[in-house]
Amino acid sequence: MKVILDAAQIEQTIRDLTGQIVAVNCGDADLAVVGIRSRGEVLAQRLAAQLSAESGKVIPCGTLDITLYRDDLNSPEGLAQPVVRTTEIGFDISDKIIVLVDDVLHTGRSARAAMDALIDLGRPRAIRLAVLIDRGGREFPIQADYTGYSSDAAPGELVQVRFIECDGKDEVIIE
Amino acid sequence: MALMRKSRQPKWNRRHLLGLRELTAEEITYILDTAEGFEQVSRRSVKKAPPLRGKVVVNLFFEDSTRTRTSFALAANRLSADIIEFTKKSSSVSKGETLLDTARNLEAMGIDIVVVRHGAGGAARLLSRNIKACVVNAGDGFCEHPTQALLDVYTIRKIKGSLEGLKIAIVGDIAHSRVARSDMWAMTKLGAEVIFVGPPTLMPGQVNRLPVKVSHSLDEVIEEVDVVNMLRIQFERLGGNPFPSIREYSHYFGLTVDRMKKTKPDILVMHPGPINRGLEMESEVADGGNSVILEQVTNGLAVRMAVLFLVNQAAAMEK
Repeated sequence: MKVILDAAQIEQTIRDLTGQIVAVNCGDADLAVVGIRSRGEVLAQRLAAQLSAESGKVIPCGTLDITLYRDDLNSPEGLAQPVVRTTEIGFDISDKIIVLVDDVLHTGRSARAAMDALIDLGRPRAIRLAVLIDRGGREFPIQADYTGYSSDAAPGELVQVRFIECDGKDEVIIE
Repeated sequence: MALMRKSRQPKWNRRHLLGLRELTAEEITYILDTAEGFEQVSRRSVKKAPPLRGKVVVNLFFEDSTRTRTSFALAANRLSADIIEFTKKSSSVSKGETLLDTARNLEAMGIDIVVVRHGAGGAARLLSRNIKACVVNAGDGFCEHPTQALLDVYTIRKIKGSLEGLKIAIVGDIAHSRVARSDMWAMTKLGAEVIFVGPPTLMPGQVNRLPVKVSHSLDEVIEEVDVVNMLRIQFERLGGNPFPSIREYSHYFGLTVDRMKKTKPDILVMHPGPINRGLEMESEVADGGNSVILEQVTNGLAVRMAVLFLVNQAAAMEK
C-alpha cells in the first residue's frame, strides 16, 4: 500500500480542479455539479462549496446513483452485489451545464452509466467530467475534462480514494 | 448523513420471494432500502431504467386482481422487462391444464421471472421447486402476500421513521387474510407489536400460537394504536354466517368518523384495497387526512420494482 495523495495534497488538488472549472465556465449562470455515489458525492459537495465561494452564488449540487445503469448487472463477473441507492438531484438538469464528478476514472464504464442515467432525468446543455484521479486503463472512449491528478496504475492495482466524511480520513492510496 | 445506510449490507441471495415468514429482519430492511432507490424512477421525465432489459416477466394470476397485477406489470415495464399477462379465464387452465404444466410450458418459451397468485396455499413454493425461473408470490391461499406486507411496512417506515415499538392493529377478517399473515411477520420482525382485531368467528384457528395479541373489540384498542390496517371483508371466501349482519359488523368493527375522534392524532389508516366503503371503513375516513391508502399503492410500485430487481440479481449471481 502506498499513499499517493495525503490530506493536504487532496485539498490542493480539489482547489486546482475548482480553478480549472472556473477558468472554462466563468460567468456561466447554469453550472451545476452532480456526484456519482458514493465518493463522487463527497467530492462534488466540496467542489460545489468552493465553486459557490469563487463565483459568489450558490452552485446546485446533486447525487447520482448509477446502479440501475451498470453494464455488469446481469453478468456473472459482477463481483460485489450491486446496492441500489437513491438519486438526489433537487433541481432540473435541463439546459444546465452539468459537471459530473467521480473520484477515480478507470475503465470509463461508470461515466458511461452516469451519462445514461443523467439523460433519463432531462436534457442538459452539456455534461463535463471532473475526476480527482485519472488512473488510466480505459475500456471506453471517455476522457475527463478536468483532472486533479494522473497516475498510471497497473491493471491489477487498486486506487482508492478515502474521504473524512465516509472513511474518517482524507487520502488516496494505491495497492 | 446521506452516506450512512439504515441497514448494513447483508447479501441478498434469494432467487424467489415466497413469503416473509422465512426472511430475517435484515433481509426485509434490505428490500425496503432498495425500494427507496426505485421511488424516484417513477417521478422523473423518463419513467424507465434499464436493469431488467431483455428479461421476461410473466404475470400468472389464477385469482382476480387489479392493484397487484397492474402494479407488477408497471414495475416490470419500468425496469425495461417484457411482461406477459396470463389469466385463468383466457388460458388452457380452463381446459384442465395443471399449474405445473402451465408454468413449465411458459418456461419453455424462455421466461425469467414468474409472478404467481393462486387460491391454494403453497402454490408459489411448489412452482419454485419445479421450474428454473425466479418465482415471486403475489398471494397464495390464506398463507402469504409478501409484496403487500412489504409496501405496508415501507409506507409506515417512510412516515414514522421506524416500526420499532409501534402498536399496529389489523382489523377484520383475519382468518381469510393472507395480508394479515404477511403483515404480522414483517411488522413483528421489524419490532412492532401487532394486535389482531375481529370477531372470534373471523380469527384463524390456534391464533394464540402466533406472535400477536388478540382483541375482539376495536374500541378497546383504537385509542392506543399508531397504525390501523383495515382488512376487506372477503365475501367470496366467507362460508356460513361469521357475523349476524353487515350492519352489526360495521357497528363493532368499522372505522367510523366517531371512532376516529378517539385515536391518536397522527394515527395512520391503511387498507390493502379494494375497500367496501361504508362497511369496514366510512368514506370520510378512507379519504381523510390520516388515510395513507393511496400512498400504499404508490409505494407498492417501488417495492415491487425492488423485489423484481433483487430476485433477478440473485439469479444472475448464481450463474
